[in-house]
Amino acid sequence: MQNNGSEKTKVKVYILGKEYEVPSSLTIMKAMEYAGYRFVRGCGCRAGFCGACATLYRTQGDHKLKAALACQKTVEEGMYLTQIPFAPAEKSKYELRELKPSPNILIQHYPEIAKCLSCNTCSKACPQDLDVMDYVQAALRGDLEKVTKLSFDCLSCGLCAIRCPAEIVPYNVALLARRLYGRYLLKAAPEVEDRISEIKEGKFNEEISELMQMNLDDLKKQYNEREILI
Amino acid sequence: MMVSKMKLFMFPGCALKTTALGFEASALSSASCLGIELIELPNWNCCGTVHSLSTDDVMHHLAPLRNLLKAQEVDHDTFFESNGKLVTFCSLCFNTLKRSSILIRENTDKRNIITSFIEKEEYPQFEVSNFLEILREIGYDTIKNKVKKPLKGLTILPYYGCMLLRPKEIGIDDPENPQVLEDLLTALGADIVDSPYKTKCCGSYHTVANKRLAMNLSYKILNNSENNGANAIVTSCPLCAFNLDNLQKEITQVHPSFRKIPIFYYTQLMALSFDLEDESLGLSSNYVDQKPLLNKLGL
Repeated sequence: MQNNGSEKTKVKVYILGKEYEVPSSLTIMKAMEYAGYRFVRGCGCRAGFCGACATLYRTQGDHKLKAALACQKTVEEGMYLTQIPFAPAEKSKYELRELKPSPNILIQHYPEIAKCLSCNTCSKACPQDLDVMDYVQAALRGDLEKVTKLSFDCLSCGLCAIRCPAEIVPYNVALLARRLYGRYLLKAAPEVEDRISEIKEGKFNEEISELMQMNLDDLKKQYNEREILI
Repeated sequence: MMVSKMKLFMFPGCALKTTALGFEASALSSASCLGIELIELPNWNCCGTVHSLSTDDVMHHLAPLRNLLKAQEVDHDTFFESNGKLVTFCSLCFNTLKRSSILIRENTDKRNIITSFIEKEEYPQFEVSNFLEILREIGYDTIKNKVKKPLKGLTILPYYGCMLLRPKEIGIDDPENPQVLEDLLTALGADIVDSPYKTKCCGSYHTVANKRLAMNLSYKILNNSENNGANAIVTSCPLCAFNLDNLQKEITQVHPSFRKIPIFYYTQLMALSFDLEDESLGLSSNYVDQKPLLNKLGL
């Protein structure tokens, strides 16, 4: 259990090799700020969504190099810390509307995926616990749907690309796959089309103008009392 | 003779999902006709493509071995039902998977490095087979009994390439004078043409970086088969098929007297002779259209 931020419990960490004592309840990012570092780049939403704060660390007594998002991972005794401000990565240039979702499209834009050794280092590095190797392999055989589904929660933090011994940038490959899948293969949801035509036909005009004329307090009240459909 | 039901794990490989779609379609349909249920290996990855020959290069064996472990872990029942056999179609997949499976069985040091890297205790017990070996085990008489439309008029050069036969420790037949395709095609009712080029290299992956080299090698094979009276070539390797078919475009420019010749996978001819539906033959994607020849022969 965490110590609810109590200053009493401190852990020893090493930031860029220098020893610090920091409260054990802090995330890696906050621990570094506590020690005096200031983040100008390489930090963003601080909520585990934007993927800007990729970090690598080791813990005393363990040979494994671990990866995380600095805003999500809390510090532990004996951590060796640093921050990865940015992952240099090549991105293919394309006009989505000029592409076709053919089986070889991903390998044409990112031929280095053919060098994948199936070592799985990318999946081990992923702070989102995605099966990165599996989606790179799916990309290799042009399975856009599988790449899309396996990579959907990717934050593009760059850790997979930094760790890959074949120098692949998995998240950019997946981004192209998701764009192609979304534009060309995913079927439009019929209920969305129906609703759009209802809006065009003016079904909601009356209710909208009612809302537009409401004062702020009534509007807030109505919003808070709204029916939430699950 | 009735064919008994058989369940086998299938390793399709990347080519069967991209450039060799017809190979997969016809393999599945003709296998099913013979009572063989092919189950795609769950979540397979690249076979590794080329078997690494340098002794300290353990990394390149990860891909093939990961595949062999997957089926064991995911689906024990099918693993046992298939007698621990994994069937491959592409010759490169067959070669890489088989050689790595032998390496990990026989070389304890390398096995330990690999299993500790991928954090697994067990190592693959699979026996890697090529579909042609399975057909030979079933027996050509059994296959002949399934033939509804004998391939009369097809005069075929069976082209093996390298990866199916070499090195001889893993090859499925005599590396100098193989007969497995000849026997199969004879059972399907086709005539056979022999050629000294049937086990020569097609140019393989040089087709990417040195197209001219691959073109010259493929030209010798194609031209010789034509001179020996073949009207079609059969192969079991998607890369051979790709080179022999696609490079005819360039060959025609360099050698104006060259006459184009259609390339088939042996599974396509099985599906054709079993009189299966057109879609299950997968005949649409080649550069040299196979249909005019088949129409001419009434097949």
